[in-house]
Amino acid sequence: MIAQQIFNGLALGMGYALIAVGYSLVFGILRLVNFSHGSVYAFGAQMAMVFIGLRFGVIPGLIASMVLTGVLGVAIDKLALEPLRKKKSIPIASLITTIGISNIVTNLLIVAFGSEKRAFPPLFDFGTLQIGKIVVSSTQIGMFVVSLILMLLLVGIVFYTKIGLAMRAAEQNPKAANLMGINVNFVISFTFFLSGISASIAGSLVGSYYQIVYPNMGFMAGLKAFAAAVLGGIGSLPGAIIGGLIVGVSESMAATVLGSTYRDSMAFIILIIVLIVRPNGLFGKKGITKV
Amino acid sequence: MTNTRMEKHSFLYQFESFISKNQKLLLILLAAFLCLLPKGVNNQYFLTVIVKMAVYAMFGLGLNILTGYTGLVSLGHAGFVAIGAYTASLCAVKLGLSFFPSMLLGMVAAGLVGILLGLPTLRLTGTYLSIVTLGFGEIIKMIAMNWSPVTNGTLGVKNIPKPAVFGMKLTIANHGLYYLVIIILVVCTVFCLLLVKSKTGRALQAIKGDELASVMMGINVTYYKILAFVLSACICAAAGALYATLIGYVDPNTFNFDVSTLILSIVILGGMGTIRGMFLGASILIALPEASRFLMVYRFVLYGVILVVMMRFRPQGILGWKSQLPYKLSRQVMERLKMEETEEAGDNG
Repeated sequence: MIAQQIFNGLALGMGYALIAVGYSLVFGILRLVNFSHGSVYAFGAQMAMVFIGLRFGVIPGLIASMVLTGVLGVAIDKLALEPLRKKKSIPIASLITTIGISNIVTNLLIVAFGSEKRAFPPLFDFGTLQIGKIVVSSTQIGMFVVSLILMLLLVGIVFYTKIGLAMRAAEQNPKAANLMGINVNFVISFTFFLSGISASIAGSLVGSYYQIVYPNMGFMAGLKAFAAAVLGGIGSLPGAIIGGLIVGVSESMAATVLGSTYRDSMAFIILIIVLIVRPNGLFGKKGITKV
Repeated sequence: MTNTRMEKHSFLYQFESFISKNQKLLLILLAAFLCLLPKGVNNQYFLTVIVKMAVYAMFGLGLNILTGYTGLVSLGHAGFVAIGAYTASLCAVKLGLSFFPSMLLGMVAAGLVGILLGLPTLRLTGTYLSIVTLGFGEIIKMIAMNWSPVTNGTLGVKNIPKPAVFGMKLTIANHGLYYLVIIILVVCTVFCLLLVKSKTGRALQAIKGDELASVMMGINVTYYKILAFVLSACICAAAGALYATLIGYVDPNTFNFDVSTLILSIVILGGMGTIRGMFLGASILIALPEASRFLMVYRFVLYGVILVVMMRFRPQGILGWKSQLPYKLSRQVMERLKMEETEEAGDNG
């Protein structure tokens, strides 16, 4: 029973990890918690549902949704956040802007699709696998494997490519990076594109896991993924993965041990404990206040 | 010199000096207007909207102490509203207490939770603090949902009695509830005005300006931050208790994240760190959806647009200007100055 729950939690946790990566990427470069990320994730899931429904096949539908969600991420940055950076507004201004964007995107989705839950086609439908007493569905395995591949891809991009180098440079010191000939605004837009893509994939995977999507799905999932990102140390990619897995497992454990009504509060309890005990998270770097 | 002269002729300066010159007259006019309003428009729906605006203005005033003056952005103020509303309505429904003691109990409960929330958040700054408050709001909602023996779970508390004074029930129909809300709103406003002018208010604004510098100036930042949390929580809880009796029922979903965003939107739209702004912010954001029913679906989109556009073009809010009038010194200081001047004149002569 416990082992079963751990397995369920791991699959779900990978989904959270994928969303958490989006937070971490943007936070690393802008020191900004992108509150609109949850709504971008819901947008990705809705778009995947629509495009897969168009009967071009599953893979082209997913790719179309990924590109569109990535473009949405870039649009958010260009339309709302870049002007604030140019004006050198206070950090709180960007934070409130992202809350506003989250409201706009979620409620436009409600206007367009209605707030009811819609069926999402299962992406990996090959029956279930039984190992001893543990039953693992192919969706769970698919979710885990796809997320893992994507994570490795992201880590590869950040650590072994030229644009990844530019991202890390901009993360350390945007001004110096700019002086070295890096187009920091392009790097930031690229980061938003990546976070949009990962959100879209996460949305499709989690949507196919529960087989439903709805416009408000991003709110809870976004907060949980944020808790995961903070737990792992926001701004760190491996931290996001570990954090996502811990949140996923503890959530499904809480659902069996304490009852299903407590499953949503687990992430917040973890979040608050982490912020009190170790605000930098498991893998985070310590920030130093300079006078 | 030319600069100051130009400022003196500016519209803002003239407007402000006009208001400060005719302060008493304007206040009397405003009081008369508020007293006669229900007599003039004997329309229940209209009065309900006005009362709702007043309650939301109180939410704004509460959050403003924290966000506007102390610079701590809270995204979970619906949590404090919920504590106030739940405590007050449960005291009224289950214990049979009358409205005012239940409201006070709600304020005390929210204040205590404010201390609890304030203590750990002292280590956190900026974004992290906002996140913890957000989590706090969600946890309060979940407690309300899961603690069924007390809060009645997702069904919520129904049939919350209207407040009564000397056996007379105060409702919208007999204008009693309107006057009650207005009186409490006035008390809150006066409290906030006094707070801002006081030593505490100056300390809070110093913390907003530069926390490190305020520590250097000998301000006990820990104490003042927690105080800001507690005051803010108390005002929101009082408003929450009023809101509960106004609506007549509460359930966990009455106080979700949208309410927190709405309160924050009021503060930002009106002008962070101003008291006048809260009234305008609440009036606009409550009146807009009522005035334009066709916007119903787009209402929450509109809140989002307001947040984004305001941050982009006018981050200080609609009424968020800096006063052009010279800083008013307190009476004692003025007297001391006058005495010194006469002494100097005497010495010279």
